[in-house]
Amino acid sequence: MNTPALKDWPLWEVFVRSKQGLEHKHCGSLHAADAAQALHMARDVYTRRQEGVSIWVVPSVAITASNPDDKGELFDPAADKIYRHPTFYEIPEEVGHM
Amino acid sequence: MYTQAMDIPDDSGKKLAAVSNAPSEQEAAFEARIDADGRIEPQDWMPEAYRKTLVRQISQHAHSEIVGMLPEGNWISRAPSLKRKAILIAKVQDEGGHGLYLYSAAETLGTSRDQMLEGLHSGKAKYSSIFNYPTLNWADVGVIGWLVDGAAIMNQVPLCRCSYGPYARAMVRVCKEESFHQRQGYEALLVMMKGTDEQRAMVQDAVNRYWWKCLAMFGPPDADSPHSAQGMRWGIKRISNDDLRQKFIDATVPQAKVLGVTLPDPALKWNEARGHYDYGQIDWAEFWNTVEGNGPCNKERLATRVKAHNDGQWVRDAAQAYARKQKERALKEAA
Repeated sequence: MNTPALKDWPLWEVFVRSKQGLEHKHCGSLHAADAAQALHMARDVYTRRQEGVSIWVVPSVAITASNPDDKGELFDPAADKIYRHPTFYEIPEEVGHM
Repeated sequence: MYTQAMDIPDDSGKKLAAVSNAPSEQEAAFEARIDADGRIEPQDWMPEAYRKTLVRQISQHAHSEIVGMLPEGNWISRAPSLKRKAILIAKVQDEGGHGLYLYSAAETLGTSRDQMLEGLHSGKAKYSSIFNYPTLNWADVGVIGWLVDGAAIMNQVPLCRCSYGPYARAMVRVCKEESFHQRQGYEALLVMMKGTDEQRAMVQDAVNRYWWKCLAMFGPPDADSPHSAQGMRWGIKRISNDDLRQKFIDATVPQAKVLGVTLPDPALKWNEARGHYDYGQIDWAEFWNTVEGNGPCNKERLATRVKAHNDGQWVRDAAQAYARKQKERALKEAA
């Protein structure tokens, strides 16, 4: 089976905004020859039931991700900083909602 | 993230194989996460066997969606009304989409679309055997929606909780769309059952031909599926073949009654003590024969699929050439 073209189609990550005022959310990926085709295919694949009002496509190679091995270093320091949360502080009941 | 672009390097498999005898720190962390019902993501370390099992299962699943378009696609031009035709086109388009979600999920494990297509087209990779049976009349299209998609849903709902994140997320999307597939099929059959005697006979005939094949879709009995236990251990499989089959039967019997058809199994009977329906013997020899490639439509399905792929080659080439041209033009203008 000779499919050189498909091999050369880069991978794109698809982000869809479900409605105005909400953020774009990652919803999947697809192969396409260029950005315009990626958008077109993303419309057909990810918004057949009015799931979106806006689509972003991003070449997958353009995404830099954090390394899972660094998870501890990156995220653990936040674990003992409970004073960053509102529930850390005790406020007299008569103050009401704050 | 559905991407293999930043996946673990290619040689990782060899290294892992070498250390896999003694449980490494990585392996312990993996096992701990599985035990805690956590999710594994593409960048996480995973045992080579886990990766291989997933690649095989997800790609087979994707192939099934793609080949599954063929038996129904046969009926698009012969649907009895414009409404049914529009519905069928939408359903077949969904199946193509499901195939794509699943191929993407498999690609996060380090396999490529080309490798998977090559596996399908050469006959090395399997797909659901149910699609190797012919769709002889319009009622078959309804029965595929009701029973085949119904069985698929039973199988797919627990996969939404699969331990591998990208697979689980793809299944959530698939399951959302699948419910329309089953309902449209059942409703199409209801309409036929309100028609002439001949139409009712067509529905019964289609049910007779498809019932046992649908029960076989859940795979061999638990006692004969040695890989099942490992899949359950890894959180890839959540419910056993026999349990899913039983669930499907219990759910379908009342639906058949409302529809007014008989399920072709004289042994089918409510068992008060078990709280389930008892059912007869599935012909596993026939099932395996079809899996091995000797079913009534195996050759035709594969040939149709390969032809469609080859006939589309010029489209892929043209898109590629156009993208290259646009890029060159943009570079020239910038210079």
